[in-house]
Amino acid sequence: MRRVNARGRFALWLLGACALVLLLAIWSFSVGRFPVSAAEVWRALWAALTGSESGLAANAQAVVTNVRAPRVAAALSVGAALAAAGASYQNLFKNPLVSPDILGVAAGCALGAGLAILLSLPIGAIHAFAFVGGLAAVGLVIAIGTWVGGRDPLLTLILTGVVVGSLFGAGIALVKFVADPYNQLPAIVFWLLGSFTGALPRDLAIALPLMALGVATLWLLRWRIDVLALSEDEARSLGVDVKRLRVAVIVAATLVTASAVSLAGTIGWVGLVIPHAARLVAGASFPRVLSLSIVLGAGFMLAVDTLCRVAFATEIPPGVATAFVGTPVFLALLALTFRRSA
Amino acid sequence: MSLEARDLSFGFRGRVVGSGIDLALAPGRVLCLLGPNGSGKTTLMRTLLGLLPRLGGEIRLDGRDLESWSPRERASRLGYVPQSAETFFDFSLIEMVEMGRTAHRGIFARPSRRDGEAARQALETLGISTLAERPIHGVSGGERQLALIARALATEASLLVLDEPTANLDFGNQMRVLAEIERLRESGIAILLCSHDPGHALEVADEVLLIRDGRTFARGTPSEVLSDANLSRLYGIEVHYHGPHARPVRQAPSQP
Repeated sequence: MRRVNARGRFALWLLGACALVLLLAIWSFSVGRFPVSAAEVWRALWAALTGSESGLAANAQAVVTNVRAPRVAAALSVGAALAAAGASYQNLFKNPLVSPDILGVAAGCALGAGLAILLSLPIGAIHAFAFVGGLAAVGLVIAIGTWVGGRDPLLTLILTGVVVGSLFGAGIALVKFVADPYNQLPAIVFWLLGSFTGALPRDLAIALPLMALGVATLWLLRWRIDVLALSEDEARSLGVDVKRLRVAVIVAATLVTASAVSLAGTIGWVGLVIPHAARLVAGASFPRVLSLSIVLGAGFMLAVDTLCRVAFATEIPPGVATAFVGTPVFLALLALTFRRSA
Repeated sequence: MSLEARDLSFGFRGRVVGSGIDLALAPGRVLCLLGPNGSGKTTLMRTLLGLLPRLGGEIRLDGRDLESWSPRERASRLGYVPQSAETFFDFSLIEMVEMGRTAHRGIFARPSRRDGEAARQALETLGISTLAERPIHGVSGGERQLALIARALATEASLLVLDEPTANLDFGNQMRVLAEIERLRESGIAILLCSHDPGHALEVADEVLLIRDGRTFARGTPSEVLSDANLSRLYGIEVHYHGPHARPVRQAPSQP
């Protein structure tokens, strides 16, 4: 395929994707049990930002700023964060089938959250436990992987991740088994399914900066991460400090994923599918893949969550919906990628 | 850029692969490293590139201890051309070559206009600038190899280390790559060539280092070193030459 003036065309795609996400956000703000028009959404948000009077009915203002705004912000940021982490991990591991929880971060978060629910801790503590659990799982994987070493440290890391993930999975099973089946067990199960309903402004205030910090780190390092797609010898001979860069990427991606999972539960597929979709347009260049993944991930997550909210009589968990949407999309992308390259 | 090794031991932590290696490479010269599989060629090459710590002896790049160069300094002087581009991601040739500029910019910096020009220039030098936007998996093996050489040139390295650059290439592409090596040498670049093919050494090398079991088996000009007797002993098969530029052929086993 020829890429005539590839740079300009990509900029257009990125701009288009941003515009699409903006439209999605307006749509998401306005639909639901209590419909609000786009103009009213705009006025309500403007009023909330500037502290002025919107002139709207108090309940409309409350729906926009107190109910929907945190949820929209959570969906956008979690989608962007997971997609950014997924794209980075795929480059780091030189493997397009890698997702953000390859090193066991999701299992760690789940075990942390499960324990907190088992101990009947308040919601804030559940998020904190989940976050710490995720970091602990990845920390354990890195410690074991470094200790084992071996010829192919990345392979060692992935295998260790699988094993530690399973170990934490067994921990979750045990927590479920001993949990009170009437209150705690359903709470754990619902948490594992993922949800944006629990995204309180207070938790957002903690999770958002952490996600922003991680994504900003990845974005700043994007030209170096690009080179990680080559073999280790090549990357090192080009002057990249591969070991330190790997640690930086893993720490940033773990921070991002652990924050996202502790905010919204385990939401799969976004981190795997979105970078693939981005590559269809962006090619292999990581800086482009990352920028587009962030935008597409945010839009995808928001679209799925909004559909979950309005399409059915009862809300379905977005973690389930992303799998239902993500799997056919992923298969389509696979077919598209491989048929094109054939 | 000149490279010199004296009494070099190399290998991995706790496992010596080879020792007692002496070599010297000056600008505008081609040194060919020849040896059978498992002779330690690749390990020696990685050690000379600074990718593996040496176990003993010394390596000097422009008279300075190789380990005293920072990785980024080294990257803009020593260019490495791997055997093949093994990446799943389908970079365009220009993107691939632009990665050669990594050491020239800060860790957070995007490629500058100068980086782009250097990459284009490198493609131009190798005669593949028309393929700049083509995906690396969509060009021929020879063109891919030329792109990897272009990437090493884009680093502004004046010493290139090529790891079996003609492996997996058909005859025409092998000749094309060898012709480029010849031209690079004429432009004053020093080239260390790891090869499996004594014919290539004859074709382009000024000096040949034969390695067996991690030790120097023979060292000298191609015509001195690449004798029937040496090659037969090195590879453990009977080798017979026809004329100065002909390729070594394997003789039929002699009758008992």
